[in-house]
Amino acid sequence: MAIASETCGILPSAHLQRLLDTLSAKGYRIVGPIVRDGSVVWDTVRSVSDLPIGWRDQQEPGRYRLEQTGSQEVFGVVHGAQSLKQFVFAPREPLLQIERSKDGFATRPTLPQSEKVAIIGARACDLAGLTIQDRIFLNDAYRDPYYASRREGLFVIAVNCTRALSTCFCASMETGPRAKHGFDLVLTEVDDSLLIEAGSEAGRDLLSNLCLSTGSEQLSAEAARRIEACAQSQVRRLDHSRLPQALYDAHEHPRWDELAGRCLACTNCTMVCPTCFCHTVEETPDLSHQQSTHTRLWDSCFTQEHGYIHGKNVRPTIKDRYRMWLTHKLASWIDQFGTSGCVGCGRCITWCPVGIDVTEELSALLTQDGRSSGTPQQMESS
Amino acid sequence: MAKLEAPRKRPRLAVIKFASCDGCQLSILNLEEDLLALGEALDIAYFPEASSAMNAGPYDIALVEGSITTAEDAHRILSVRQQAKVLITIGACATAGGIQALRNWADVESFKRAVYPNPEYIQSLSTSTPISEHVRVDFELWGCPIDKGQLLRVMTDLVGGVQPRVPADSVCLECKRQGHVCVLVAKGLPCLGPVTRTGCGAICPSMGRDCYGCFGPSEGARKGPGLPPNTTSLARHFHDELQLIPVEVLRRFRGINGAVDPFRNESTVWENKG
Amino acid sequence: MTNPYVIHPATIIEKVWEAEDINTYRLQLVDERARQQFRFKAGQFNMVYLFGVGEVAISIVSDPDEPEFLNHTIRAVGRVTKAIAELQPGDVLGIRGPFGQGWPLEEARGRNVVIVTGGLGCAPVVGAIEYLFKRREQYGSIKILHGVKTPHDLLYRERFDQWRRAPDTEVLLASDQPDKTWNYHIGVVTELFEEVAIDPMKSIALMCGPEIMMRLGVPILMRRGIPASTIYVSLERHMECGIGLCGHCQMGPYFLCKDGPVMRYDRVAQWLGRTGV
Repeated sequence: MAIASETCGILPSAHLQRLLDTLSAKGYRIVGPIVRDGSVVWDTVRSVSDLPIGWRDQQEPGRYRLEQTGSQEVFGVVHGAQSLKQFVFAPREPLLQIERSKDGFATRPTLPQSEKVAIIGARACDLAGLTIQDRIFLNDAYRDPYYASRREGLFVIAVNCTRALSTCFCASMETGPRAKHGFDLVLTEVDDSLLIEAGSEAGRDLLSNLCLSTGSEQLSAEAARRIEACAQSQVRRLDHSRLPQALYDAHEHPRWDELAGRCLACTNCTMVCPTCFCHTVEETPDLSHQQSTHTRLWDSCFTQEHGYIHGKNVRPTIKDRYRMWLTHKLASWIDQFGTSGCVGCGRCITWCPVGIDVTEELSALLTQDGRSSGTPQQMESS
Repeated sequence: MAKLEAPRKRPRLAVIKFASCDGCQLSILNLEEDLLALGEALDIAYFPEASSAMNAGPYDIALVEGSITTAEDAHRILSVRQQAKVLITIGACATAGGIQALRNWADVESFKRAVYPNPEYIQSLSTSTPISEHVRVDFELWGCPIDKGQLLRVMTDLVGGVQPRVPADSVCLECKRQGHVCVLVAKGLPCLGPVTRTGCGAICPSMGRDCYGCFGPSEGARKGPGLPPNTTSLARHFHDELQLIPVEVLRRFRGINGAVDPFRNESTVWENKG
Repeated sequence: MTNPYVIHPATIIEKVWEAEDINTYRLQLVDERARQQFRFKAGQFNMVYLFGVGEVAISIVSDPDEPEFLNHTIRAVGRVTKAIAELQPGDVLGIRGPFGQGWPLEEARGRNVVIVTGGLGCAPVVGAIEYLFKRREQYGSIKILHGVKTPHDLLYRERFDQWRRAPDTEVLLASDQPDKTWNYHIGVVTELFEEVAIDPMKSIALMCGPEIMMRLGVPILMRRGIPASTIYVSLERHMECGIGLCGHCQMGPYFLCKDGPVMRYDRVAQWLGRTGV
């Protein structure tokens, strides 16, 4: 039986360029994963051949490697270090230009131009991260106009995951591997076909422009089976059932000291996290002190300045800072925003230079004696 | 630190060299159009690298390049300090002793005999030491060479009567802001970025190379237990996971800033493991 | 959509010396429209900006019923505040605000008020005290307990004398490193609790000062029968944005810039005194 064509269709992978062309014709700059420097980064895509065809990523704690399989698989790379965060919460966002004037000074907001950007290849965990950042920057007491301006122009084409990395644990965070919401279109790659579903009005509109052959129940069922298998194959999980309180209660756990011996306080986990939102402002005057720029930069709870209050630091040690990060991410975030700050993407595990694994650390912290309840593999088999 | 008076006159600047390669002074000249603005904001009174006009002190700001490696220089720096309201060291040599501080682990006499036909003419100390071991330093700029943008920021603050500040975070923070792929995680290179102070703009990782720590330890040189930089953990990772042998780990830390505490201590640990 | 980051110029109308390195700046917004629209509650703060240097969070200590003038007591301790200390009347600062939750002065109406402050951190509560005295008849008894390390640290000495003379008001001072001129209690502020009569169910307590003072003081107040839900504490963390977005001012699940800086004690009890929070 055919599925209604306005919400679902099949595109042979070989014809993916049609989708890109349709997006271009609608005025979108297309951004997708591009192989660079041994990983993938988001960059402008002009042709399907720019996408990482045949590549797959292997990720482990502290280690990332790409390998070429020789296949025609388009979305074999699950993800690189970058989530969608940079497209909305820019790493460096000029906020104000301030000039001396007769009143002392005048401020001019430097809002970014809203650009129509279509991102292809976002994963369920990325969408979950975007939803959380929307909640923080758009739907809190104040609405951030810079974020809003960037967010406005985004068109998101997600890809359902059919292969889990060793570092993935989205299934346990209930954010993936299937993209549930927050996308305009979602693709599932099944051999040489792409099953396309729409998730928004704009997505349905685009889908109707593509005039695709209608989806088949058979292909949908196979896609669903592969997504489910992906969920089942995840070796890591994060047990959040007793959070936030159990982590609040673990404040004096000896594991924090042990962790502090490994943590570099280098900020990488917070930089690659799709939800981390800490930022600082840099004030840059010119030499003549006639103009000054007020710029927002990604910051991290691992920096020295983060816990600074006149003359002292409330979080001087690495132990304090790691505990702040993990407790915020997995516990106090729930009190603040009604959801965990973790989406289970596993980036903080892979991109930690020394491979600290949040799932393992949490499990140890929620155990009385402070020892991990076992390696991920052991947990799975038990 | 000492503060400049409200500038009625343009502050007088001196740039003074000790044992160094002049690269940091060149960074000043590389400011290009900003150099002209700097020349307007400041009276460049003494800068032999750039100008033959060499006006005597006192100076409002002295930028000091290079480390102390001779008895004569150990004496000269005292007079520089006396003549300068604000003394700022520029670069790894002046701030940390520089690459020439490798001599601190070696026999300088044997170097002299190997290099010079008449080693008796060479008057040199057996160590290379940072300026701060000799006189009070008001502000330190790290790097080999310094970052010209940081230098400009510090000059701008001083001209405006504001205490200068440069970030002490790790290189990783800036590397990730710029969107570079981590060379340690994706290539297995022994990158010192996680324990090295930001300021360079993550130049080496942006070129696919591992950071070699030329901006010195993150969060400064003199630290207590439990504070960054955690060189112990990174060194262990180099050895256990990236398969560096102990002498290679030692060499990572004993480089341009090898004489600075956290790096020096770490290299010493690996000396004993070799 | 309003941009919460826009900074409004404000002229320094008056600069009043309070103590070494501490001045009160009386500010007036330059733009008339901004001036007319500006309303705040006692205990709220502004982000105070100095051109080319940056912003700092400073509580507003003037009366909310006279919002055309904004008083900020600023101690020169950091990079921005030291540069501000160089300014004189006629110079221009910037203002972004008001932000945060202030003292529960509405809730306190009709009740006895116990104010406990310590050290140099008492500026945020001075605005509240003045607010109470301007509306003295609306409140029950007022007890002000203030502790300093040395007599030299006693700011607003004249104001304490003035308050002491008000009806149904007690002002008790303590110094733990006194000199010969000190005529008041010798010891720490929490010892003053023994010297005052408190009707616990009719009282509300406002505390401002070092966290250690609150950690030691609150249990004593609670032993005297004051419920944790009527004790309010003013807390301090690094604040950059003022709007709960930059992440620095967290204490447990709270963003002190938007949930605080004044917090009801029972909400923060489990976080106060934890290291690294």
